[in-house]
Amino acid sequence: MSGAHESSWTVKVREKAVAALPPEKLLPDGQPTYVASWIYMFGVASIAALVVIITSGTILALKGPAWWHYTGIGHFFNSIHMWAVELFFFAMVVHLWGKYWMAAWRGGRTRVWITGAITFLVAVPTALTGYVSQQNFDAQWISTQAKDGLNSVGVGAFFNVTNFGQMYSYHVLLLPIAVVVLVSAHVLLVRRHGVVPPIELKARLVSASAGEAQAPPTPPPATVGAGS
Amino acid sequence: MSLLHPKDDTKPWMGAYQPYDLVKEACIAVGVIALLAILLAVLFSSPDEKPSTVAQWARQLPANFVETAATELDGTSGTATYGPPYNHNGEGQHAAFIYLQKWLGVSHPINTADDYVIGPLRTVPNDPTLQAALAEYQAAPQKTQKAWGEAYATPLEEDAQAEEEGKPLPKTVSIDPHTGMVSVQATGTGPVPVMMTSLLSLARSGGLDGSLLTSKQFFQTDYTNPLLFMADGGLLDQRAEEQHLGGDEWGMMNETGSYPGQAWLWLYALWYQIEPFKNSENADILVMLVMGVLSLAFISIPFIPGVRDLPRKIPIYKLIWREHYAAPASPPPAPPRPQAVPDPRS
Repeated sequence: MSGAHESSWTVKVREKAVAALPPEKLLPDGQPTYVASWIYMFGVASIAALVVIITSGTILALKGPAWWHYTGIGHFFNSIHMWAVELFFFAMVVHLWGKYWMAAWRGGRTRVWITGAITFLVAVPTALTGYVSQQNFDAQWISTQAKDGLNSVGVGAFFNVTNFGQMYSYHVLLLPIAVVVLVSAHVLLVRRHGVVPPIELKARLVSASAGEAQAPPTPPPATVGAGS
Repeated sequence: MSLLHPKDDTKPWMGAYQPYDLVKEACIAVGVIALLAILLAVLFSSPDEKPSTVAQWARQLPANFVETAATELDGTSGTATYGPPYNHNGEGQHAAFIYLQKWLGVSHPINTADDYVIGPLRTVPNDPTLQAALAEYQAAPQKTQKAWGEAYATPLEEDAQAEEEGKPLPKTVSIDPHTGMVSVQATGTGPVPVMMTSLLSLARSGGLDGSLLTSKQFFQTDYTNPLLFMADGGLLDQRAEEQHLGGDEWGMMNETGSYPGQAWLWLYALWYQIEPFKNSENADILVMLVMGVLSLAFISIPFIPGVRDLPRKIPIYKLIWREHYAAPASPPPAPPRPQAVPDPRS
């Protein structure tokens, strides 16, 4: 390695990224045996719903905000968009409750919890800006009701729910970017730290200690990093 | 151990692994969720109630329209007395010494008399009677203007109250069944009846919808003016009540029809249903502050004693990991063996 190469910012970033998330951790082909419950499906279901939301939302955005009001196909894509949002929140809420009861912030995973919680909180205004951008009676009613809460804490001074143009910008660009960035950070942190291990029972620890001589631990496969 | 670094005996997993195809699982999940969303869309569609317009309001509730317009003119409407971010006619809500609404200031200035009544009336062409009425109104002292507005609005308010309470309607307000125009019998109203009659005509023709959106530029995306004007009146409320969307019925978390709406706002809407928030003049800021604190607590759960310990005390985790607990326990990992000294000959 030359001196110039060692001082390269690109090389430093690459080396740090690979050290933090080697490919076998980023895209594992094995997972711990304790990952065996339906509750684990709701995290990936949330991401899948987000993919459907963004795909249907992109189609709606390509045709403009009024398209879905006067075409059947537009209304159909709006319906997919709306139901995907409902599925997204449902899956995310179940996922959050599941992770709470697993105490999934254990083992150095506090940032995983924090990014997940913030994602939920940012998703709420992302959905709200969609509801007030609908250009129908729901948008009229929701915006005139929501303004009072936002005005009361001063947010209305720079985030005006009765300004369709501003809300549409937030809904189709700014807030989705925030959600995608947060979800990406959340998933990368999960991959880095691994899925949180079970809360170990004292009785099992005692029995495991007693059986140490008979049963050595199974080493993880070469392609999978143990949760850190 | 500290608040930020609580005791944590979680060890990295040293047990067995099973085959797993992350990419395949993600693709299947997207497919299943997409199919589910399509199925729900086919079965239930989505709501799209047409928006109300100022013209509809003026045609369907003409007395309510002129009553609201009179309060916009005399500065007593909800928007006229709102305070920031629309005007300086009120301080807005506060919690103890916290006046966030006032501190953030007026960012969308609205003068209800000029923006909702006088400005639009100036756009009406070829009406000398109206122009004379406007000139008379604007030449009068503010106190007189207010007295004229109140004298005109009072019979309308009495009429609306009687209707709401189911009492016999006073005969001071009448609506022409053919033209839909409103007559108010009152003295001391100055030029206000002429102005209100013209405004009602303008609104019924649809002209006021356009006037309320007109500003310095051609393209418009800001509906603050017409929405706040309509929110001061009764048509949006009436439609919302018909759809059970009122604040006392969990408000904006619902949407029209039998759709789930923003169910995730249930906790936010809950506070408005109970005391001391329900009847507080500062309900909005109090609810927002409570939700702000709860949101911060939600993010900080890993650091909050008691809340972070609850999952160990209520063993739902035993259900989640029941297969793991049913399997024989793996022994703890052996301590690392000392590394052999390399053979210098090799």
